[in-house]
Amino acid sequence: MGIRERLSGNEAVAIALKQINPDVLAAYPITPSTEVPQYFAQFVADGQVDTEFVAVESEHSAMSACITATAAGGRSATITSACGLALMWELLYVASGTRLPVTLAVVNRALSGPININNDHSDSMGARDSGWIQLYSENNQEAYDNYIMSLRIAEHKDVMLPVMTCQDGFITSHAIENIELLEDDKVKAFVGEYKPEHSLLSGESISMGPYDTPMFYFEHQYQRARAMVDSKQVILDVSKEFGDLTGRYYGLFEEYKMEDAERAIIVLNSTAGTAKAVCDELRAKGEKVGILKLRVYRPFPMEEIAKAISHVKAVAVMDKAESFSAAGGPVFTDVRSACYELATRPHIINYIYGLGGRDVPVDVIHFVFDELKKVVADNKPGEIYRHVGVRGV
Amino acid sequence: MIYVKDANLNLAWNEVNIGGNIYGGGTSLEVNTGDWRLLIPAWIEEKCKHCMLCFPTCADSSIPVKNEKREDFDFKHCKGCGVCFKVCPFGAITWEKEDK
Repeated sequence: MGIRERLSGNEAVAIALKQINPDVLAAYPITPSTEVPQYFAQFVADGQVDTEFVAVESEHSAMSACITATAAGGRSATITSACGLALMWELLYVASGTRLPVTLAVVNRALSGPININNDHSDSMGARDSGWIQLYSENNQEAYDNYIMSLRIAEHKDVMLPVMTCQDGFITSHAIENIELLEDDKVKAFVGEYKPEHSLLSGESISMGPYDTPMFYFEHQYQRARAMVDSKQVILDVSKEFGDLTGRYYGLFEEYKMEDAERAIIVLNSTAGTAKAVCDELRAKGEKVGILKLRVYRPFPMEEIAKAISHVKAVAVMDKAESFSAAGGPVFTDVRSACYELATRPHIINYIYGLGGRDVPVDVIHFVFDELKKVVADNKPGEIYRHVGVRGV
Repeated sequence: MIYVKDANLNLAWNEVNIGGNIYGGGTSLEVNTGDWRLLIPAWIEEKCKHCMLCFPTCADSSIPVKNEKREDFDFKHCKGCGVCFKVCPFGAITWEKEDK
């Protein structure tokens, strides 16, 4: 039995990092993730960890420090939000392309501009194709659990890709909820030691990140793409092991009352909790509704999602990020594409919602389920690229 | 894992090193980085006092030193930046348009 606590999402990640005790933690403060390195700096000052804490001058440097520390054979971690993640952009690709298993806690916040410090997913959604594995968390418990698992996934020899674990800024990062922590020794045993096959300090003659000519670059990118495909099984295996340890089992996504659902919402992070509450309410009235909560967005569980919603009549994919593609949000386009080969496909519509901290009460979810009712009745999707919660729309 | 001396263009995606790592050093010696030079330095040996002011300024390590004496430039790697010409107090280095 674990340790019963009550923590904010940021505290939960900080505790996870304390228990992991990485070799290097490099971070720069940015709302709403600032508290995590702040708490961690206290652990360093109090001698509770023996991590080298690098108070860098920017997020570009934070990711650079993590990349180099990992290349040297250490375990490194960082934390950021929004524009901090944007400033890491160049290095995100360097980390994944050089196959360095850095772990990053993202506390999701809207990107500028105009500047906004509140929650949406425009930061991590923009990084969805940077070669990082992305895990999303509904609450503080999942932020904690996912972070601990992320090391094992990243460092697996079949993966060797960095992992970002996301949670919603303020909504879960600052809200205090009950949580069950693992004992320190159990976390220590679960994450084990990081022993890379090669590193800059191993004594061998090695160069990392050198110029990659046209004769070799493509092969390296193919390796990287294959690693992302192969990571799916590793994620499942690590999650199973974690489930056996804690009783908390995670898959690529969670199917909530999906079995006989005729209408479904696909959503990730904290809104999944709100959606489940509405789902319960509607189920009590006999309505066949369900929720599919994405946990793993990269690698994208294409076949699995298609299978999970193949029997549904109408699906709304909710994106807390615009893609400005004029064709819908990122999760929507991926889900819709995943269903193309299905013999019978559900109607799939998109809702962009909650941008820049716009509140997402149960009414929003009720509205979406009501709209899906119309899609089912008409047996056609109508406008597929929709917004909910914008005045005048 | 494959050493750079064994690398060749027949290697398939699952044979090249993960992340583009290079094992076995000295690879830059093989790369001709001197081919984008516009101006070329020349060493006038009889004027040279071997004072060693030039060689530490060379960003491409293209001024070899042996037994405390400099030798002629390594033109495979010299990019013709002219810093050595600038620091030489004895006029022992010229820096002029290269005729190829």
